[in-house]
Formats: sequence, structure tokens, C-alpha cells
Amino acid sequence: MSINTIFRPFRNSDAERSDRTAGDRLRHRQKIRESIRENIADIIAEESIIGKSRDRVIKVPIRGIREYRFVYGDNTPGVGQGDGASQPGQVVGKARGEGVDKAGDRAGVDYYETDVTLEDLIDIMFEDLDLPDLERKALRQIEALRMSKRRGYRTVGIRVRLDKHRTVKSRVKRKLAAQRRLRNVELDAADAPGEGTAAAASVPELRDGGEQRVDADGQERQADATPKRFPFHVDDLVYRHITTDVRRESNAVVMCIMDTSGSMDTMKKYLARSFFFLLYQFIATKYRSVEIVFISHHTEAHEVTEEEFFHKGESGGTFISSGYQKALDIIAKRYHPSLWNIYAFHCSDGDNFDSDNSAALKSASELAAICNLFGYGEIKPLGSRYYESSMLNIFRRLDAENFQTVLIERKEDIWPSFKAFLAKERVQD
Amino acid sequence: MANWELQDLEYWDAKIRDQAEALGLDCYRQEFELCNHTDMLAYMAYSGIPSHYPHWSYGKSFEKLKTLYEYGVSGLPYEMVINSNPALAYLMRDNSLCLQILTIAHVYGHNDFFKNNFTFKTTRAEFTLGTFKAHAERVRRYAEDPSIGIDRVEAILDAAHALSLQRRRNLAVRKLTPDEERERMLHAAEPPPDPYQRLHQRAEYVQPDLQKLPLSPEEDLLLFIRDYNPYLANWERDLLTIVDEEARYFIPQIETKIMNEGWASWVHREILNGIELPQDLHLEFLVRHNQVVRPTPGGLNPYHVGLKVWTDLKRRFDEPTAEETEDYGTSTMTGMQKLLDARATDRDVSFLRRYLNENLMRELDLFEYEPKGEDLVISKVADKEGWRDVKEQLLRNVGMANVPVISIDDADFGHKRTLYLVHQHDGRDLHLENAEKTLGYLYRLWGREVVLESVVTAKRTLLTFNDRGFSAKTLK
Repeated sequence: MSINTIFRPFRNSDAERSDRTAGDRLRHRQKIRESIRENIADIIAEESIIGKSRDRVIKVPIRGIREYRFVYGDNTPGVGQGDGASQPGQVVGKARGEGVDKAGDRAGVDYYETDVTLEDLIDIMFEDLDLPDLERKALRQIEALRMSKRRGYRTVGIRVRLDKHRTVKSRVKRKLAAQRRLRNVELDAADAPGEGTAAAASVPELRDGGEQRVDADGQERQADATPKRFPFHVDDLVYRHITTDVRRESNAVVMCIMDTSGSMDTMKKYLARSFFFLLYQFIATKYRSVEIVFISHHTEAHEVTEEEFFHKGESGGTFISSGYQKALDIIAKRYHPSLWNIYAFHCSDGDNFDSDNSAALKSASELAAICNLFGYGEIKPLGSRYYESSMLNIFRRLDAENFQTVLIERKEDIWPSFKAFLAKERVQD
Repeated sequence: MANWELQDLEYWDAKIRDQAEALGLDCYRQEFELCNHTDMLAYMAYSGIPSHYPHWSYGKSFEKLKTLYEYGVSGLPYEMVINSNPALAYLMRDNSLCLQILTIAHVYGHNDFFKNNFTFKTTRAEFTLGTFKAHAERVRRYAEDPSIGIDRVEAILDAAHALSLQRRRNLAVRKLTPDEERERMLHAAEPPPDPYQRLHQRAEYVQPDLQKLPLSPEEDLLLFIRDYNPYLANWERDLLTIVDEEARYFIPQIETKIMNEGWASWVHREILNGIELPQDLHLEFLVRHNQVVRPTPGGLNPYHVGLKVWTDLKRRFDEPTAEETEDYGTSTMTGMQKLLDARATDRDVSFLRRYLNENLMRELDLFEYEPKGEDLVISKVADKEGWRDVKEQLLRNVGMANVPVISIDDADFGHKRTLYLVHQHDGRDLHLENAEKTLGYLYRLWGREVVLESVVTAKRTLLTFNDRGFSAKTLK
């Protein structure tokens, strides 16, 4: 036979050892991550992301890791195969996307989307921020006692913490040790006949039932005809020892304050919402428990639900101070600054009544004094020209290190503004 | 677990080999390796090569294949065989006995094709595995070298991969050395012998420009850059060589896709019909076989098209119709002789041009489609008027005919070391986004401005990539 053939059987060890793609897959994932990072500002400005829960998987269009070659364009005719009744004019597919594969090795249009969870995305976002971890103030941590920390084993304890497994083990140990003792006693007895029975009798429980011993010639014989019990001894009992554990909880509250006066339209609210969303996500990565408070205000302020906050339109004028005052009230009532890290952010279009400006400035400085970070974002979408009414100039007079004003004109501004805002973070004494 | 033991495979393999020899196949030594599905996915990602150099694109392709497989969008191939001597094939351990038998027979078809088809003559099959291994070691060494590092290696590999198919296609034609090239030019410059030279005015001798670089348009982009960009480091040159060698290895497979798959399908059908399978295996074989060779509406299944053409070719020689005998006369060759002959001397383009006739095209229901707005719309079908056009279109879409021909015209354009390339436009425009990015890669490798002359929507256009990025200019 002229063809020589050999078969190499499957070897499991090969399969386990040779995850040859691991390195290249890792490298590819790094590329995806880099690409996401490069486009992070665009991605997080997408509507589809804002307001989604953290474990949700989202699709992110990735640029930069496609492979390019010289190929023919989309308007190139091709040849396909029908089911036997093809007629001119019949539609056989979409001009873009799959459906029709051309013969040969045409690269095709390489649409590439990758799945990431929002959490991953937020991690990448905050890696990009490159901020040092926020310091947490000792005072603002709550001590919580937990009873679950295990600290080894004890021979005394209460019944419910009896460790049965270890107890049985220690009994088996004791039993084996006792049998060795018995054997030694028997040997001694053989050496000195007459004393044997007495010695054996001194360890009566060792003549244990069911115990088989093997002779040198391999023959088994019953050690004793009647099985004897080998009961648990109090020394066998093992209890789990549990200590109380002190955990430091750190708490933060995000105060979202928004102007809902008549001049705040949907676009402005969307921008504000994106900002609040980022803020909340960021704070949530840093603290164990984060609460969120929504305050909407026009000439007077109310604490509202999230739904109302973003969707309920109000009308009328604006007293910014009312919103701040409400925030101060809520902090005084529920979030004492010695226990809570407070982050407050206010979004408005800056269209405040002039008479309110000094009051607003005053309450803003009060708020800045008790917050970790307090920010004011003025939302002026491009094209919406206002008279010179802007709070940015007024707030410039507020001299607090942890206060920051940002101007947001379009959704691309959100990320840079957010970064600028966080740069002011400091921990108050 | 599957319903077979290794002995079963060996038992059937012996029968298959008998049949293969009876057919007249001429194979390399064959090695089968059993693997699981993860291994198979990995082999697919690396085109079957056991030891291949690392690059992230293979990780990407693995992830893609794995996702498609896990979501059930695509199955795994039953077999994977690489062109080497001995030929190396992988069998999936979880496949049923019938599938293994089918696969083994199919593999002998490919093996025979690799050994005998003329396009594979230059691939040096006995060195395949060693060459790829050496490549892998070199690339790893560069990546681990602290003075180079993986990022710079990847930068070169990314660029080289983008350009790897921009090379000479017909490997059976030897490339002239620079000296021979010069000789040819001098010879071509001489006026042709003229029997009436007493009457005619003597043609003026034009001195050929022997200083020009390249002397004649050059299609091997990577090799040209390697040889004529003086600023490349040795390791960069080596990477270009590696990528080019790999492309050269795979071009024959691109060029013979339809023939090769058709031939292997034809072989496995013949063999399995000849080895007297028990009835249950035979029925399963029929099902599997039809899954492999069924037409994909809207697409073009190379297994199906290839098998049809091979089958028809054999019939035409063994049992020609009266019409055919009248048209072509009687042949001295048997059908099998003809098949063995064609599998050695054709590639997809010539194979289809010669043997895909009007009847066959109608039977396959081939059509030409064109994009119209959002949709792809059938423009011509294989009827009396249209079949020639459809066929021409098909020939332009198979094998390397699907890769635009781009050659270097001048490596010192405008005396600025600008690389001037010409796209030989055949009615099909380049995909502009791809062209832009690929020119970017070309610029990265050449280090100076690159200019590509092409035709975009019927206007001559210069696509330029230089230190200011990409630009396109329409010529008057």
C-alpha cells in the first residue's frame, strides 16, 4: 500500500497544556480595553448607557481593532447561487452586512461590537480618571458588629457550635492510640505470662468489637468475639470558636439638586441626568453604601423620587437658594456630616432671579462647608442663547476649595466636566 | 462519548486507502491527530498550523469562532488538514464513526490535491511545519527582546498583515532577478527586426531607464519595502519576510478553494460508496454528505459548486451525450484520467473557465447580483443571454481575483522617495475606508509619503498618506 497513515490518539494532557490561544486572546482583550478607553467620552455620552443598572451588559461599538486590507468596495457585483428559480430583479440580500458571501476570501465588512458590562465600563472610566483613591475619614465610618468571624477551635463551648467532623476525628485518633497501647500490653503479656490477663483487663475498652487484626501469615482473626463500644469522651469534643468582628462601614450620600423651572427643557435635563448618573456611579465604587437624594426646585424646593426628578416638568421662576436650603435641611435631619460623606451637585441653566443671588451664594458656602464635594453645573446647550444671566460669575465669588463650577454645552462636555469636578475632591476636617 | 475506538478508525482507514489507490490518488504520508473541540477551534484560528507565531488577531478570530460555535451559528468543520508532508489532519474526538470515516476519506482528497496540483509546487510541503515553527520562535524572540518589545513587533505585524496578499499571485512563474530584468528591458528597447528596413526610416533607439526603481511595476509590496527601505532594522525586515512567506504559503489554497473542496468531496463520495458501509453508517453518511454539499441560497458553497463541476466533468468523458460527442469528438482519456489531469493542472479560475458550462450554470442556478440602494438585487441569471456575463463575473470573484492588483510604480516619485503605487482598476472601486487604513500601514512601513493612483466613481484619483494623514485628490 503506498499511502502511509498513522493515527495519533487523543491525549488529554496535551489538551490541558496547550491553551495556545491564551496569550493572543489576552492581547486582543487588552486591545479592546484600550479602544474603549480611547472612546470612553463618546461611549458614556450615549443615551443607552445613562441610567442603566450596573450588571447590565451593553454593546459597545469598537473602533481600532479591525483588520484592514485593500478590498473592493460595496458597489461591487458578485455571483451567488439560487434555489432554482432566480429571476432578474429579485432581492437576495442587504447591501451591507451578512446575507451574501462572495466566493473566495473576501474580508467583508467587519462590524465589530463587543459586550461589556456597565460595571467594567465604569471601571475603565475611573481608571481613565486616574484619581487617587478617596480618603475616608475615620469619623465618618460607622462601626458595625458582625458575629461571623471564625477564630479556630476550642474544647469548650456551647452545643450549637459543636464541630461534629472534628469531634469524630479526634475520637478516631484516640481509638487508634489506645489500640497501640493494647498491642504493647499484649506483647508484654506474652513476654511475662501470668501478667497478661491483668494487663489486658486494665484497658478493658480496648478489646474493641469489630476490630480485626492481621497476623504475619495474613490470616485474619477476630480480636474478640463480642464487640465493645468505644464511646466519645469529653476530651473528643471540639467546638468552633467565633469572635465578634468590627467592620467599618463608610457611607455617602449624593444630593442631586436640579432646577426644574420652566426654562429647563428635555435636553438640559438629559445632560444633567448624565452628570448625576456618573457622579452616583463613581461614588458607588468608593463607598460601601451610597444613598441618593433628589431635590428639585424652582422657586421652592421639594425632595422627589427619581422618576419625578427627571420627568416631571415644572414651571415658573428660579430661586436657587431654595434648593440649597432644602439640601441643608435634609442633611441636618438625616445625614449628619460626622457620619456621612456628602456629595452635592446642582444643575441649572443659571437663569436665577437676581434678588436671590446673594441668598444663593450664602447657602452655597454653607453647603460647601459640610460637603466633601459640592459642584454647580451650568447647562447651556449650544444654540440656546440667554441674556447674560449666568450663575457662573456669581459663584466665582465663592471661595471654597471643594467647590467647583462647570459649564456643560453638549454631551461631549460631560466627561471632561466630570473630571474637572472630581479634581476638587478633598476630605474635610 | 463517541461510538468508536481507534481500532475502528484504523480498520476503515485501511479500506479507504485501498479505494483511494484504486481511484489513482497519489498522497503524501498522512497523519491524523485526534483532538477535542477547543483544540479544533484553536487550530482553525491559526489556519491549522500547530506552531504559529503569536498575534492578537488570532485571539480575535478564536473568540469569534468560539462565540459563533457556542451560539450554534456555525458548526465546527469536521476536518482540518494542512498542506504539509506528511499531511497533518485533525479529527474531532466527539464526532461519530460515520463522520470520522467521511472525514478521513475527504482528507485523502485534499492530501492528493496538495501533492499534485501545480499551484502547490512552490510551497515546499516537507518544510511547512518546521518553517512555521522557526517563524514562531523568531517572532517570540523579537517580542521578548527588551530593546524591541511586543508593541513594536505588533506595529510591524499589523501593517504587514494588512499588505500580505499584495503580492504576485502566480507562483508557478519565476520572478526575474534584477539582472535578468535589465537584460529584458535592453532587449525590449531594441527595435523589432523589420524585413522592410531599407524602405522604412530607422526607428530611433530609446535608451531604457535602468536607474528606475523598480524597473518594472512590482507587486510584492512587503518584499520590496524590505529590500528598499534602508531605515528598517533587521528584525523588521525579518518580520516582513515571515509574513510574506506565510502569505505565499496560503495563496495556493485561496486560488484553488472551489476545486480543492470539490475534489475532496468528490473523492469522499466515491470512496464511501466503494467501501460497503453497513446500512446505518451509510444512511448517516448520506445525511452528512448532503449537509456539506448542499447549496447555500444567495451564497456560493465551494463544496457544492466544486463537486458539481467535477462530477459533470467525469460524466462528459465517460458518458458523453450525443451533442457533446458531436461538438467535441470522442476523447482518448477516461473520465478518471481526465479528473486526475485537471486536478494537477488547473486552479479555480481556469477550472471554472474550462469546465463550468451553460447547462451546469443553469443547474446550479448561478446569478449575478448588484447592490441597488439598500438591497442586493439579481441583475443577471444564467439564461441564454446572461450566462456568459454571470460566468465572467464569477471568475472575477474567485481566488486571488478578489484581491485588488496594486503594484509599485516608482519608489522615488518626485525625487522625494515617495512610494507611488497604481491600482489596476478593472471596473471595481476600492473600499475607501479600508484603502485609507491600509495606506496608513503602508506609510508606517515605508516611512515616507505613499501615493496610490486608483479610480473612484469613474474618476482617476490619488489617495495619499503622509505625515499629515490621509487625503484624496481627483485628477482631471
